[in-house]
Amino acid sequence: MSHAHPHDAAKDDGPPSEHEILSRAIQELLEEKGLLTAEQVRKRMELFDAEFPQRGARVIAHAWANPAFRKRLLADGKAACAEWGLDLEADRLIAVENTPRVHNVIVCTLCSCYPRALLGMPPTWYKSENYRRRVVREPRAVLREFGTVIADDVAIRVHDSNADMRYVVVPMRPKGTEGWDEEQLASILTRDTLVGVALPKV
Amino acid sequence: MTPRASASAYTPAPERRFNVGDRVRVKRANPPGHRRTPAYIRGKQGQIERVCGRFANPEELAYGFDGEPKRVLYRVQFKQREVWGSYAGSNDDLIELEIYEHWLEPA
Repeated sequence: MSHAHPHDAAKDDGPPSEHEILSRAIQELLEEKGLLTAEQVRKRMELFDAEFPQRGARVIAHAWANPAFRKRLLADGKAACAEWGLDLEADRLIAVENTPRVHNVIVCTLCSCYPRALLGMPPTWYKSENYRRRVVREPRAVLREFGTVIADDVAIRVHDSNADMRYVVVPMRPKGTEGWDEEQLASILTRDTLVGVALPKV
Repeated sequence: MTPRASASAYTPAPERRFNVGDRVRVKRANPPGHRRTPAYIRGKQGQIERVCGRFANPEELAYGFDGEPKRVLYRVQFKQREVWGSYAGSNDDLIELEIYEHWLEPA
């Protein structure tokens, strides 16, 4: 090796898991039957990686810039996104608004339900048992571990995404963003701010 | 804290047992199989925050059935202090879950 650091972390050895084998077998069957192609699966994964994670920030930036849209988004998230040309497919969306008195945070205690059509694939910590078990019963402590301190006089509203709805947080627009266009606004709306474990910073 | 009465008609549910603001109790039951009502909320009292609509019953879908009859899904809001015996946060802290009608009774 011409350089010193080990490459073990990048290796993908070891036997595939039961779920990997199952998913591979199902995909091969579907390909054999002509129901889908490997190219379609690859494109779908590309959408999840590249396109979907951008959508959440764009929608919320639009809501920050446009009070009428914000109102419609809070009333019916899916319909507001559709009106804006964004198809959330199967996801039914509830947008929850942070205010000076309420901070919202999202979890799925049963598995890892997540607004994938807006934020892409959920991060590892969102799927971890640690987050799922603890954020429902000690949200303030968990948020502090993310570096997010919520004042005692602000109520925390935890949303367990345990059935058919999906959730996105509408953070408060920070001071110092007056006159920003939607692209600038979207740049501070990170994934974590839309799940509610962080606050947008200028 | 009063829940926001947003009447978002995701899928209409004109025939339903509960309305926004109603006090409800989640049934304390432990039926076997795939259940969408987390154990930590069974037996707890809360308030209907919104009506989410009618959905195929996931507890039937999980076993390859058609999920009929559809069930009304509610967003139910609970006070954290009433859910956890030793809750450390503020009195106003809330937790909300989606609960199917057949898991709820009037409180």
